[in-house]
Amino acid sequence: MIYEELRHFADSYGLLFLALIFLSFIGWTFRPGSREKHEEAANMIFEEDQDDG
Amino acid sequence: MDTLLLRVGGWLAIVFFAFIAMVLAADTGFAVHMAIIAMAAGITLWVTINKADYAAIGRGILKAPADPGIYDDDPIRWGVIATIFWGIAGMAVGLIIALQLAFPVLNLNNEFTTFGRLRPLHTSAVIFAFGGNALIATSYYVVQRTCRARLAFPGLARFVFWGYQLFIVLAATGYLMGVTQSKEYAEPEWYVDLWLTIVWLCYAAVFIGTVVRRSEPHIYVANWFYLSFILTIAMLHVVNGLSMPVSLLGSKSYAAFAGVQDALTQWWYGHNAVGFFLTAGFLAMMYYFVPKQAERPVYSYRLSIIHFWSLIFLYIWAGPHHLHYTALPDWAQTLGMVFSVVLWMPSWGGMINGLMTLNGAWDKIRTDPIIRMMVLALAFYGMSTFEGPMMSIKAVNSLSHYTDWTVGHVHSGALGWNGMITFACLYYLVPRLWGKERLYSLRMVNWHFWLSTLGIVLYAASMWVAGIMQGLMWREYGDDGYLVYAFSEVVSAMLPMYLIRAAGGLLYLAGALVLVYNVWMTIAGKQREEKPMTETPHNEDLDKPIVGKPAIAPAE
Repeated sequence: MIYEELRHFADSYGLLFLALIFLSFIGWTFRPGSREKHEEAANMIFEEDQDDG
Repeated sequence: MDTLLLRVGGWLAIVFFAFIAMVLAADTGFAVHMAIIAMAAGITLWVTINKADYAAIGRGILKAPADPGIYDDDPIRWGVIATIFWGIAGMAVGLIIALQLAFPVLNLNNEFTTFGRLRPLHTSAVIFAFGGNALIATSYYVVQRTCRARLAFPGLARFVFWGYQLFIVLAATGYLMGVTQSKEYAEPEWYVDLWLTIVWLCYAAVFIGTVVRRSEPHIYVANWFYLSFILTIAMLHVVNGLSMPVSLLGSKSYAAFAGVQDALTQWWYGHNAVGFFLTAGFLAMMYYFVPKQAERPVYSYRLSIIHFWSLIFLYIWAGPHHLHYTALPDWAQTLGMVFSVVLWMPSWGGMINGLMTLNGAWDKIRTDPIIRMMVLALAFYGMSTFEGPMMSIKAVNSLSHYTDWTVGHVHSGALGWNGMITFACLYYLVPRLWGKERLYSLRMVNWHFWLSTLGIVLYAASMWVAGIMQGLMWREYGDDGYLVYAFSEVVSAMLPMYLIRAAGGLLYLAGALVLVYNVWMTIAGKQREEKPMTETPHNEDLDKPIVGKPAIAPAE
């Protein structure tokens, strides 16, 4: 019985839950103003005061 | 003084208990392992009580520059050396077992040198020793630079390095003695698993501690990949390693799961070892070192985040594709297949992101052999993440499974993607870590590139032919309904392909030896006098105004 219950939970609410967080994580990268933030983050590794030695 | 006494006492206790365990051991393998642990603890004890400054001596041997107090680079230098050492060892064993398949006499009729014992030695040495040391070393490097923070818990960071080497030695010697729990890529027995768990949790503490201490508000995407690699491997390792030892002083244990549950747990582990160790971890290297070497930011930071979350959400479900047409329920097989096929998209998104980072700087492929290696690595990442989903389709898998096609696929990923990106990172790191202006020789990097590339091509092509031939011969039925080929006929038909594969492996190993020489000479502080990789032509005769005419009429 426990197997059946777990399986039904997994392919209904579990699936929905994971799909929703996944979509919200992806959607978050498209929020307004994200372009500048991403630009800044991508260039952060080149900042001058970073010591490579 | 009290803490010193406590530490000495602690190490002495470990030596003592390991010695007792060795004497009372139920089997030889366990006794040998306890002797190794007693020796390791004894050496640590010696280093603890001795007044000599071993950190300085080690720095002298490695010709490492003094600590400028900015970043903690000593464990990274050791990691670079360990990566190269285990890489050569693992690849050499790979070449030996490739030759054993072609010439069975090379098994030497001796239990310690048979293919069955050496094969896990090869896989673990290249994946966990070579790849693992590269991941730990580069993660220490990247997390410090991108967080602008010195490593948290420096003592623990050193313990992780030495503890991981001890794990490798215990695993490797265990395989030779036949100590194995018979789970692919998770062969070490229960006590070695426990040791790795301790080391891995310390590694997680060092990494997370450094991220927490960061002075940079944003956590750079490479660290996301490293973190997912560390946490997921911890989870996979603990769950797949659940087992019950037969005795507390013996090496044998039995898995907590049985039958098809055990098989599914194993391939949930096995495939995610590929997904999070060999993919997420190495993508972390890619997302830092490719932009740094190309001197331009990653093509799309947004795509890198989408790449990250897609891998995290999809990879974990793909494992069942290793169990097509087995006792695993059909729906689970189909689930594994579907998720594997869907994985193709984020994988190619990541590959495109890496390659397009070079947008506007494609000429670097001609002039910079390190960039060339990175591009090749990304190309192989793309090829093997296309081949993998294709092979996970049930119809294709019915032909490819259990054949050498799988071996070829794994090696196009391992040699092409993991190997090449690691070599490129080593070439990037060595001059910086040892404070040298440049590598000993860029042209040797080029030699390494072509030796490896040719090696991979021979390897992958021969294994495609071998695998498809094998698959077709196994399933060939005659008109009378009997199988046409005996197994031995299939084996003897493979000989030419096995020889080509061994030749490919030899070339790849030769390339790695060129790296050893190049790194050795760089650390020794030498620079090879050589023609630069590119020259901008300069014509002296044309570099003057045209005689008799004013150069340009002045504006009026």
